[in-house]
Amino acid sequence: MPLGYYLVLSAILFGIGVAGVLLRRNAIVIFMSIELMLNAVNLTFVAFAAHLKNLEGQIFVFFVMVVAAAEVAVGLALIVAIFRLKETVFVDEINLMKW
Amino acid sequence: MAINLHTILFSLFAVVGLLAALLMILHRNPVYSAIFLIVTLFALAGFYVLLNAPFVAAVHIIVYAGAIMVLFLFVIMLLNLKRDPLRERGRMARRTIATVLVLILMVEIGVLIGASFFTTSSEAAGAAVGLAAADSAAVGSTTNIGRQLFTTYLLPFEIASLLLLVGIVGAVILAKRKLTT
Repeated sequence: MPLGYYLVLSAILFGIGVAGVLLRRNAIVIFMSIELMLNAVNLTFVAFAAHLKNLEGQIFVFFVMVVAAAEVAVGLALIVAIFRLKETVFVDEINLMKW
Repeated sequence: MAINLHTILFSLFAVVGLLAALLMILHRNPVYSAIFLIVTLFALAGFYVLLNAPFVAAVHIIVYAGAIMVLFLFVIMLLNLKRDPLRERGRMARRTIATVLVLILMVEIGVLIGASFFTTSSEAAGAAVGLAAADSAAVGSTTNIGRQLFTTYLLPFEIASLLLLVGIVGAVILAKRKLTT
């Protein structure tokens, strides 16, 4: 399987993630789209690691997963806090920095 | 490109993963979005196995499907979200802008990938990845990754554990009390 196929697939997954962030208004779905983009980049890392017969790509994927896990914990806590305050998770209704 | 098991599995995972990702961003119910994202994540784990990275595949399933998506579903159910309302202002304008922007991005990435990996007829494009060569199977083994993590990457590893601790404390503090205005 040539490397290019994995790169194209990963690019399409990343594009779907970007489309999700731009199209959706639900903050939780936007967050899931960000996760999808992180995973698309992870696929690129692993494909290059296999292509170059080098371990560093896989180790970087490990650290990306750590950051993603921390990000999800804090981000979902933020969404819960915003929901308690504003009773909504739709981003076009959360458009004030102060209230 | 010869038809072999790797190609068949790649096509299968690609179709499943892309379809589930599309359904994830298009479905109106966030619970279904989360479940479709889990399907995509399993397809990605399949790619990792194809690419001789069994450790990454296992960690991916455990962390994403096991922990992160459970957290997502838990929050969705905690907030008792309904389906997105159908009516919204400026829906068509936003869809148009989003489609155009994503198309531009895809063209950019396509040009980059095409320039570097498809036009060069040398070994860069011709070399297959993830075939069952003995050395490439050994590269991604758990033993090697563990050795690297605890020798070369020991400092990043410790910093990662600190980051997770900060994440836990931050999440607890943020979600614990009602924010006062």
